[in-house]
Amino acid sequence: MKYARLIWVNLTRNKRRTILTTLSVAAALFLFVALRSVNTTLNEARDVGSESRMVVRNAISVVFTVPEAYYSWLTTVPGVRRVTWGNWFHGIYQDPRDFFPSFAVDVDGYLDVYSNEMEIPEDQKEAWRRERTAALVGTGLMERFGWRLGQTINMTSMIYSPDQPWPFTIRGVYTPFPGWTDEAFYFHYDYLYEMVEQVQPGWYVLELEDPSLAATVASTIDEHYENSRYATRTETEHAFQSGMISMYGNVGLLMNAVGMAVFFAILLVAANAMMMAARERASEVAVLKTLGFSDRLLFGLVLVEAATITVIGGLLGVVGAKLLFEGTGFQGAGFLPGFEVKLSTAMYGMLIAVVLGLISGLVPAWQAARLPVAHTLRRVA
Amino acid sequence: MKIPLIYNIRSVRQRPVSTLTTALGMALVVLVFVAMMALSRGFRAAIVDTGSRDNVLAVRSGADNELTSGLSRETAQTITSMPFVARGADGRPLASPEVYVLVSLDRLDGGDALVVARGVSPRAFEVRKNVEIIRGRALNPGASEILVGESIVGRFAGTEIGETLEFANRDWTVVGHFAAGGSGFESEIWGENEQFMPAFRGEVFQSITFRMTDPSAFESVKTTLENDPRLPVSAYLEYEFYAEQSALLTQILNIAAVFIAGIMAIGAVFGAVNTMYAAVGARAPEIAVLLTLGFRPVSVLASFLFEALVIAFIGGVLGGLLALPLNGIMTSTTNWASMSEVAFAFRVTPDLLLRGVIFALLMGLVGGFFPARRAARQPIVQVARQV
Amino acid sequence: MALLQVRNLSKVYQRDSQAIPVFEDIDLDIDTGEFLVLMGPSGSGKTTLLNLIAGLDEPTTGTITVGGEEVTAMSRRQLAAWRSNHVGFIFQLYNLLPVLTAYQNVELPLLLTHLSKKERRQHVMTALDVVGVSDRADHFPRQLSGGQEQRVAIGRAIVSDPTLILADEPTGDLDAKSADEILTLMQRLNREFEKTILLVTHDQRAAERGEAIMHLDKGVLTR
Repeated sequence: MKYARLIWVNLTRNKRRTILTTLSVAAALFLFVALRSVNTTLNEARDVGSESRMVVRNAISVVFTVPEAYYSWLTTVPGVRRVTWGNWFHGIYQDPRDFFPSFAVDVDGYLDVYSNEMEIPEDQKEAWRRERTAALVGTGLMERFGWRLGQTINMTSMIYSPDQPWPFTIRGVYTPFPGWTDEAFYFHYDYLYEMVEQVQPGWYVLELEDPSLAATVASTIDEHYENSRYATRTETEHAFQSGMISMYGNVGLLMNAVGMAVFFAILLVAANAMMMAARERASEVAVLKTLGFSDRLLFGLVLVEAATITVIGGLLGVVGAKLLFEGTGFQGAGFLPGFEVKLSTAMYGMLIAVVLGLISGLVPAWQAARLPVAHTLRRVA
Repeated sequence: MKIPLIYNIRSVRQRPVSTLTTALGMALVVLVFVAMMALSRGFRAAIVDTGSRDNVLAVRSGADNELTSGLSRETAQTITSMPFVARGADGRPLASPEVYVLVSLDRLDGGDALVVARGVSPRAFEVRKNVEIIRGRALNPGASEILVGESIVGRFAGTEIGETLEFANRDWTVVGHFAAGGSGFESEIWGENEQFMPAFRGEVFQSITFRMTDPSAFESVKTTLENDPRLPVSAYLEYEFYAEQSALLTQILNIAAVFIAGIMAIGAVFGAVNTMYAAVGARAPEIAVLLTLGFRPVSVLASFLFEALVIAFIGGVLGGLLALPLNGIMTSTTNWASMSEVAFAFRVTPDLLLRGVIFALLMGLVGGFFPARRAARQPIVQVARQV
Repeated sequence: MALLQVRNLSKVYQRDSQAIPVFEDIDLDIDTGEFLVLMGPSGSGKTTLLNLIAGLDEPTTGTITVGGEEVTAMSRRQLAAWRSNHVGFIFQLYNLLPVLTAYQNVELPLLLTHLSKKERRQHVMTALDVVGVSDRADHFPRQLSGGQEQRVAIGRAIVSDPTLILADEPTGDLDAKSADEILTLMQRLNREFEKTILLVTHDQRAAERGEAIMHLDKGVLTR
């Protein structure tokens, strides 16, 4: 700490250079954190789902429906406690780019099976249950569009005829438990049934009596329907989610590759700045040595100086990213619901900043340690 | 009155480490920019090239993708017999009513993916000029046979000629492979429409594609089709139909490319600023001499700006070279409109490389400006005293 | 009329709120073809005076006229042009551009003229000949000895045939032998080529080479 002044003096010797380098590091870390957060968000989305729940869908694709008639047989499958169903609605409120997930569901079944994921006041549960055109909305969605409980809103569906208006009245607001999205929109499957001809469930959700029964239940169901017109694919909710996410393609790889490029680019900038500073200070280092400063001490001082720049820059970048993305409620145009800068990402970013500082300071630190005193002083005098 | 350019070029070489690190920093920014744009262009090319401007694609009215569309045989028949449908050499209409479904295939590297299976009419290869069979033979009418698109071959199991794929409760023999100029069709499996119909959705087509007798008359063709009370269809220029599908993802990739490269550029520019300030500082005596000799400050500014541009140019070219190997590398994503997997390749074009260099030069310009101005404004006397 | 006329020249430096006078109210005349040596201790303002004459700095008061033109009334841009034609400056630390060869360093001032490449070549080779380094034309400064570097610098100072040559301690960084050679060269420039030279130094031996000596001490100029 007694060397703090020395380090500070060196940093402020060329304020412009120090500030520019710090800002460069900040920009890079900002980007780094953003990229990593894309990955963590996608991975988290993958982790949504309970082990006790399974999804039964059309074997070809979730785009195709499964027959209503399957319901009664599914309830008889050993190990299955409850069967419910849902359908993807792809609803739009005003702007098609303002994406949020919307589902037509079996109300009683969903309230039962998803009771651990959503907290809903009893009176609102009832209100939702009672009304055909009622909707259950997540707190995040309420906030995003500024809706109020009891409000009637008009939506359209991307899937069903585009000019058809769908009025809904918001009767329930749910607060999600950690891990569940706060921006989902649920309404009565019966409403869908009434409005659209020949609608069938998009999928069935099964709650298992015991998670360990998943594999047997899956094979029982899929084998049963194997040769029928609508073969099924039964998988855990987890696997189902994973499948949806992997449809994006290898985004993770892309983000990591870009992240690496960012890291190296900034390393170059920081290292270059440190080396320039070192070159200018050669004679001073020589003088310090004549005063008795050891090679090792000077090595450390240079490293600390480099690390100070990158750590401050890193803090600026990481905090900036967190504030910006969470302040603006960034969701990646709907592709990245629940986007957030996690603490672990922030910590990882700071770690990178420290490593960056140490590496960028390595060469000049080494040079300072090895500087031949007499030779340097002769040049100056 | 200009300071010789050789002065700057040699000065740049005098400080190789500084120059290289700055240039390399810019190179990385250009690399990221070019790579992401190449990804975006590759995707767009794959989708967009799928459709032709000479063809019309009709689907059920209101449907914007083939998957959710349904057209009856009569509708297809009526459209096929319309006067604006071009005729082939044999006098028969160049129209292909098609079945469009998704099938799940096993990937060779594990897992599975959804692939488009298109039941086409025998005329399909004439209607779509850019599609041709490159291996094997055409489909035999009435047989359980399929053709596999070039970009599926080698990525999915059972796609070699002679092998069998199973879907819709039937076995289908692969009798040939087809190529489609790198477009989205290459990510599809084609079979005979009459064979696919009973296997999948029953007596219904998903779309009909036909060649226009007069491609410039699309508007009137569209009006005729859509106003006909017998035909519940929406008509699109085939090219635009597919172009629409790629729009969102392309836009996202482009925005991401600009955003990411832009922020990286900030870092690189600041790095350049530092380097140039250091250069100007170290060469203060030289600058004083130039000013003493009578070179105008503006010349000094231009001179140092040029130096910054030299470094930037090196960075731009380096970045382009680093990006080149990416060209042609295949990757895939989901075409959300059809919910199917589409494979595409990075597309690094000369014009993209040029943009990369220009981007770098811009960074050099912005980064070099203030240091260059400082050099020009240098008070001669101050420095002469330092000496 | 004298080639160089300095009247009532004063220079006062402002550092923060302090006024530091270098010299006040100086008059000086130099005739065409004269070789004047200006001596004085360090810090006496010799270099400042030189800089003012060359138009590199502005006086606080007073005027400087060279060849009938009032230097002190010119704008910065006019001064630049004027300097390129009328002044040859020789520094103590040579100040050659390290990335240019001897030839290219000497050629620099000519780039400000409209001479063709061929014409420039003529002038440069002549200058290099006069100063005695034509065999080193393609060498870089780091490949030259101190004495040779200063010769190249002198070559640069005379290549555009300036009205006035100003030298600031040209031998300050040289060993005795090289210093001697340089001073001989300067004498030759004056006697053979009739160059007007104002040389500033605190080296007695250098002073003896000039025609006349003046002293600048504590702001006062004396013969």
